[in-house]
Amino acid sequence: MYPSRFHYEAPRSLDEAFGVLQAYGDEAKILAGGQSLIPLIKLRFAAPACIVDINNIPGLDFHEEDSDGSLNIGALCRHRTLERSPLLRSKYPTMSATAPLIADPMVRNRGTLVGSVCHADPQGDWASVMLAMGGEIIARRADGSERAIPVSQFVVGPFQNALAQGEIAVRARVPAARGTRTGTYLKLERRVGDFATVGLAVALEVSGGTINRAGLALTGVGPNNIQCTAAEQSLAGKSLNASTIEQAARLAAEAAQPKTDVRGSAEYKRHVVYTFVTRALSNRQASAA
Amino acid sequence: MEERRINVVVNEEPKSVDVEPRLLLAHFLREVLGLTGTHIGCDTTNCGVCTVLVDGLPMKSCTMFAVMVDGKSVTTVEGLGLPSELHPIQEGFREEHGLQCGFCTPGMMMASKALLEENPNPTEEDIRWGLSGNLCRCTGYQNIVKSVLWAAEKLRSEAGAISR
Repeated sequence: MYPSRFHYEAPRSLDEAFGVLQAYGDEAKILAGGQSLIPLIKLRFAAPACIVDINNIPGLDFHEEDSDGSLNIGALCRHRTLERSPLLRSKYPTMSATAPLIADPMVRNRGTLVGSVCHADPQGDWASVMLAMGGEIIARRADGSERAIPVSQFVVGPFQNALAQGEIAVRARVPAARGTRTGTYLKLERRVGDFATVGLAVALEVSGGTINRAGLALTGVGPNNIQCTAAEQSLAGKSLNASTIEQAARLAAEAAQPKTDVRGSAEYKRHVVYTFVTRALSNRQASAA
Repeated sequence: MEERRINVVVNEEPKSVDVEPRLLLAHFLREVLGLTGTHIGCDTTNCGVCTVLVDGLPMKSCTMFAVMVDGKSVTTVEGLGLPSELHPIQEGFREEHGLQCGFCTPGMMMASKALLEENPNPTEEDIRWGLSGNLCRCTGYQNIVKSVLWAAEKLRSEAGAISR
């Protein structure tokens, strides 16, 4: 289907982009990878009056660690880059496991992590990963000031984020770890490239066998990505053993709010959450030993 | 009606065309340039038949606006080889019967081109992962994988011949 008409701007700097945002107010929509936005526009679920294509703005396609140990991912960093990143492979196992499971190779060549989190699709994988890692989105305003919004507050509902008018999400940030990062992303799909029937992000920060921080979040089993707070708290300060793993799996399954649909029954999905948590933590236990 | 001038190199030929911002790259290629080798299948960013290379990387041309390729280079299946001089990937699809109805074939071949450039010696599993965004509704995957393996071998032997 043909999209409805829109005005198109391709600014060459953030300053120019803010100028367009000011002129068009909430009729303007930022376009990064476009792998969620363009399908919506084609189906005419979205019909912005103005598209602000940020792909020509230099300095947004990066992912790097800051001197304070935090990881920053720019608004134009594609899934493809993250999938091939030696940095993620060596130090961010949860993200490294997620990147190859996003959509399909062509979508990964174009789509971005920051765009995916902004799109706030309840089926989005990256938002769960960011929740599990305590990540935040950095929103920038025209005057150059920035605010950090924890992803737990950034995603305010299905397809709704907390950006205020005139703000641009310029990067995602993952705070420095307390200890060594371990974790994974498990995704059950009906076929390759499908949205998750159930997705589980596990991100642990461990030193000397003790879990300093535990992050667990779920995809596809609720109206939003779900942070499993009770399961996380049950693991903090503990070490992984059969009993702590079982407790975390049970609490995560209780936190899920699955609905019966074409991808499976609510009961089945809850069971998959339990199985995934057990599997992910048992593998961590083995790799830590 | 708003139009913008784009300068894009398509199959090594520079083009300078005024387009409406809402024009999809797939429609630009097919309807403005007449390059109908790029197909449109699902229109929902699922099937991959519209895959073309943008600056060498496979992308879904139904999920990009033509204005977004301003200053870039696009390769479609028409730029892969000529009827008189097929690309090894095209030869592979012929030799190994990698097509039935042929509808997904251009997308399959463009995705294969990028796959083999990054990984000249793929395993069957590498190929299945690399082509996981391309659907074949004839379900002819077995022969498609064989075709790409055939092409990989041919390309390696050609590269070997050149380096010798």
